[in-house]
Amino acid sequence: MSRAAKDANYQKPLTRLIDVAAGPLDLAGYEAEGGYTALKTAVKTLQPQDIQGKVKDANLRGRGGAGFPTGIKWSLIPMGPNSGPKYLVCNADEMEPGTFKDRLLMEQAPHQLVEAMAVAAYAIGANLGYIFLRGEYVLCAERLNKAIAEAKAKNYLGKNILGGDWGFDLYVHTGAGRYICGEETALINSLEGRRANPRAKPPFPQIAGLWGRPTIVNNVETLCNIPHIVNNGADWFKALSQGKSKDGGTKLYGCSGLSNKRGVWELPIGTSAREILEVHAGGMKGGKKLKAWLPGGASTDFLLPEHLDLAMDFDTISKAGSRMGTGLITVVNEVQSIVSAVRNLEEFMARESCGWCTPCRDGLPWTVKIMRAIEAGEGQPSDINTLSKLTRWLGPGRTFCAHAPGAMEPLQSALKYFREEFEAGMAVVKMPESGDVCALPEHGVGAKADYAKERMKWVNQ
Amino acid sequence: MAKIHVEGKVHEVNGADNLLQACLSLGLDISYFCWHPALGSVGSCRQCAVKQYKDADDKNGRIVMSCMTPASDGTYISIADEEAKEFREAMVALLMTNHPHDCPVCEEGGHCHLQDMTVMTGHHSRDYRFTKRTHNNQYLGPFIGHEMNRCISCYRCVRYYKDYAGGKDLGVFGSASRVYFGRAEDGVLESEFSGNLTEVCPTGVFTDKTHSEHYTRKWDMQFAPAICTGCAVGCNISPGERYGEVRRIENRYHSELNGYFLCDRGRFGYGHVNSEDRPRHALIKREGQWIALNKTDAIAQAAAVLGGHKPLIGIGSPRASLEANFALRALVGAENFYAGVSAQDAGLTALCLKVLRDGPVPAATIKRIEKADAVFVLGEDTLGTAARVALALRQAARGKLATMSAEKRVPEWQANSANDIAQHALNPIFIATPVATKLDEIAAVAHRASVNDLVSLAQAVTHALDGNAPTAKVNADTAALAQRIADTLRAAKNPLVVSGTGCGSVALIEAAANVAFALKKVVETTAISLAIPEANSFGLALFNAPALDAALAKAAQTQSVVLVLENDLSRRATATLLDESLAKCTVIALDHQQTATTATAALLLPAASFAEGDGTFVNFEGRAQRSFQNFDPAYYDRHVATQESWRWISEVRLALGQPAWANLDAVIADAEATLPVLKGIAAAAPDASFRLQGAKLARAPQRQSGRTAMRANVFVHEPRATQDADSALAFSMEGVNSTHAVTRPAALIPFAWSPGWNSPSAWNKFQAEVGGAMKGGDSGVHLFKHNGAAEYFPAKLEAVDGLTVLPIHSHFGSEELSAKAKPIQERIPQAYVAINVADAQRLGIEHQSLTRVELGEYVLSLPAKVRVDLPAGSIGLPVGLAGIPPLTAGASVRISKGA
Repeated sequence: MSRAAKDANYQKPLTRLIDVAAGPLDLAGYEAEGGYTALKTAVKTLQPQDIQGKVKDANLRGRGGAGFPTGIKWSLIPMGPNSGPKYLVCNADEMEPGTFKDRLLMEQAPHQLVEAMAVAAYAIGANLGYIFLRGEYVLCAERLNKAIAEAKAKNYLGKNILGGDWGFDLYVHTGAGRYICGEETALINSLEGRRANPRAKPPFPQIAGLWGRPTIVNNVETLCNIPHIVNNGADWFKALSQGKSKDGGTKLYGCSGLSNKRGVWELPIGTSAREILEVHAGGMKGGKKLKAWLPGGASTDFLLPEHLDLAMDFDTISKAGSRMGTGLITVVNEVQSIVSAVRNLEEFMARESCGWCTPCRDGLPWTVKIMRAIEAGEGQPSDINTLSKLTRWLGPGRTFCAHAPGAMEPLQSALKYFREEFEAGMAVVKMPESGDVCALPEHGVGAKADYAKERMKWVNQ
Repeated sequence: MAKIHVEGKVHEVNGADNLLQACLSLGLDISYFCWHPALGSVGSCRQCAVKQYKDADDKNGRIVMSCMTPASDGTYISIADEEAKEFREAMVALLMTNHPHDCPVCEEGGHCHLQDMTVMTGHHSRDYRFTKRTHNNQYLGPFIGHEMNRCISCYRCVRYYKDYAGGKDLGVFGSASRVYFGRAEDGVLESEFSGNLTEVCPTGVFTDKTHSEHYTRKWDMQFAPAICTGCAVGCNISPGERYGEVRRIENRYHSELNGYFLCDRGRFGYGHVNSEDRPRHALIKREGQWIALNKTDAIAQAAAVLGGHKPLIGIGSPRASLEANFALRALVGAENFYAGVSAQDAGLTALCLKVLRDGPVPAATIKRIEKADAVFVLGEDTLGTAARVALALRQAARGKLATMSAEKRVPEWQANSANDIAQHALNPIFIATPVATKLDEIAAVAHRASVNDLVSLAQAVTHALDGNAPTAKVNADTAALAQRIADTLRAAKNPLVVSGTGCGSVALIEAAANVAFALKKVVETTAISLAIPEANSFGLALFNAPALDAALAKAAQTQSVVLVLENDLSRRATATLLDESLAKCTVIALDHQQTATTATAALLLPAASFAEGDGTFVNFEGRAQRSFQNFDPAYYDRHVATQESWRWISEVRLALGQPAWANLDAVIADAEATLPVLKGIAAAAPDASFRLQGAKLARAPQRQSGRTAMRANVFVHEPRATQDADSALAFSMEGVNSTHAVTRPAALIPFAWSPGWNSPSAWNKFQAEVGGAMKGGDSGVHLFKHNGAAEYFPAKLEAVDGLTVLPIHSHFGSEELSAKAKPIQERIPQAYVAINVADAQRLGIEHQSLTRVELGEYVLSLPAKVRVDLPAGSIGLPVGLAGIPPLTAGASVRISKGA
């Protein structure tokens, strides 16, 4: 991607200034490209409610994966003279498997995020913000800290920003490497120095979040849209999708797995998965056929090639029985084992469980053990039934947070579409021929009722 | 109140509860693990799922966790819904993937909440065929065993230990399926309330190590509703016995007192009942040798001595029951009956009694302490003298959570949300004590000063509350503090003053009472809590008898017969004074322990400990509570003559031709008739004629095995079970065991059990509302009520000259009986002398160095603890520890370098 590359077909507000080869713009460079205009406009000419209104009108939906309308999230935060202290937290704990969009924004356009947070903080009346950054994103931390220092020196951060009476301090907090920290309340606990367990909702963070105070947690990409909405207005934002979706704006899409190219591209929201895979990712590698694809991370249901023409937006993908999630698709080709792919995802999800609630803590390891057995051809006939039970026991509403239900999404869809691959992993029970010397099944592990049933059949013959 | 619909049936419930608590209170069973009535809801175990419907017409519904759902008016739920049932069973199935199924060798088996819940959900066969995760266990000290493989990760232990009890050294480590509950490394659990882990843990991770030493299943033990003798709070306990040994002590729920929790002194300090060297036969001393007597001869000997026309002196005891003290008084005559405590202790206790009885402020129960939203602690380190109060004060501080979450419309039972909202905000607790206390960490201000300066501070607070009250001269800092304390207490809804006899200062108690009296004029709900020395100190004080000093003075002048009731006088008077006073006297001792006093006796009658006898104790709020006999030692060995002191005395009286008492009820009736001040003690529990469904109440669970064969090794014929003439309880598994057939008096519930509920969670079934009062009301009777006017006390400062003794109370060791238990002994500190750092420098005494302590006739050599918190001029000495003589607070002491 080269800086300021104009594309005839669509605008790319978020990545317009990104030139990976040249590296990120410094403050002067960013300002020269119109950076911090939104902050100036906001602080000098707009009331916080005005910005909240614009964001609501733009119908910006959270880019972290859930697609919750940002304007509505903000509207729940108490405003007014005695409503503080309040906090703005940027969720930059990007640990979703196959997802690397926020990293691009932070590494290559750090000032955009800093400005975005300042504007968002102004809009909700926060004076303190944190960027909760994935620990492995060392370069992001370096560049964000540099950008924060530059912004502070220029009074875009700190006290009395741009001569007004509002101030905002921003800090980068690097996580210690837990996927669950991407869950906003677990993130808050971690930020407070506690165990990264999700919190019960209600109370929602807008009412009692960080340090028990009203808090807004937004994803990096979500926030980065804010300055552009302030600069260009809600109608402009809505038009960015070019009618491909009823949602507005662009979306950072990407592709990983055995496609010809792997990467992340800013496209109008609602662009089809086929365009992402075939145009931008150059199709499947080695001419192999696509077997299945995850729309946006480890906790989305598999979709099939027949779904490729669907618009990649929250509602359309939902209707197809999955979730858009982060919008960075993962492809599985015809020769790859779906059982292995799911086993790999479940191992990740089991390891990353916080250990708080029973179904997640104890159900995911069981899932993994069954998947390993099936993968090794040692599955038992009851295993598929157990797996589908687990998808219910670990489903939405059953667990404390969305982690385990998310983990069940690829599994339940794999069971739905590729049941035969699971069945192929059953242990072969060799039925003795008449006259064979027979040993009873070994007592203990593996000696299942089903085996006994099979044996009885043989005895009765 | 709210109306909820369960399976289509309407129920009235407390709308402030969550659905789980509401349903359990209705008597409906829902399985649960992480929820606990005292700890609230966190939604981690997902075990209490029910189906909730939007309205009467909704047929689909959705699964919700009942503990996390409010019992709001118009809620429609189904517990019996198939999907909900399947899910509850599934959660047990998931927990069981890692549980080792080692019930047959697990100490929890038979009183295990996990077993109960597993059976309740119907989970009976296992689909999981893979390996289980395993953990290493830790050494956690003499009280608690640790077996982490059994853990079902309900998080109750850390929530209790850290959030509720303020412990620091137990935590959760790791994540995902590897979560580990333990210490950072092996070591003794620091909390003085660690024993509650054994009941909070729903399975066998944390078990009672003292029980494991001589293990018996719950169903095989015999229990009694008893009262703890570890201090004067009067916590209700449930001792479990088998083969004549107390095997463990469990908490016996009392909503106003101990609730669900005991202190470690009370729970693990029962070893004195089982000790080998207890006197179990009557003994007479002949030429310096103890000669055993049978009961008849012993009574004859006692009657002969007592009938010999010598003057009689009866010395009572604050660790003996009201009945025993009353019996002694009846035997020797009111004018010859003395309270067996030092003049100082007697004076302090009598003052506390006066404050509570003749003052305008009620004595706080533990529950009332927990409700306090501002507290002024004056002088008392409650952890050493009334430990349950210290745990309650932590809850008072944490009361802020409820207030702050209510502001955010979050119900109090949402435990983690409340924590998150309040962060570390606490209700104000002002702790003004001469030495640092463990509670300082929750204090708004922890103020250190000498006893006299504390009195002045309190007087200044009193004056700030009531301009007409006398004041004291204080410096500007103290005046500012006094003003702050006064303002905070004045602004509170439920303010509380805490003090007690621990510092041994009359002026301090008077000053504390003054604060409470002044506060009462501003805040109607003001309460006071005074810690007093021993389990029945108030009971003894009610007799209003002269103190030990007077008894000894009389003994010194006469050749008296001195009857000493359950009392080691060497803990209360110096050896020289005792030797000189008793030299010409004949001592008859009644006790269940060998002590320095029993060693001097001519005749020793073996008394019952709390486990072998019935009696009434009056706690620190003036509540008379009956403690019932747990077992009959003579059932196992006919030669054992142990019986209640009042029964010995009754039999001696009979031998002397005096009227005797037929049973406990007769003693109580006589006591009430003789001493109006004891009026009401009969009502503390139903009498021996009480029956439910025409039957006595069983002391043992229905499944108790082997009672009929228990003596088979001695003699093959089965003896008849001991008949209990003193209570409505039976020494048997035969009798009423059911919980809800009729409302059962709380004073007669020996153990928590209900069909399907074998663990301590069975208390649910006895409570009107789970976590609240018992169905038949809480037990005990208040013998007096605050009914006086607010007359301020003088709180006169005591003249101080040179170094003086400041008693320091240790949770482990300062109480006589619990200190005899081996596991407690492991926790008792070495005797020491504490010196202020300036005094130590002046005297050239180094920390840890052996120091010469001259205390009256005693010359001690003790390691020095040089402390900054101790006020200059005060010499701290630990009460009751081996090597420490009887202490008089404020007595002059000399300290010098070197042994």
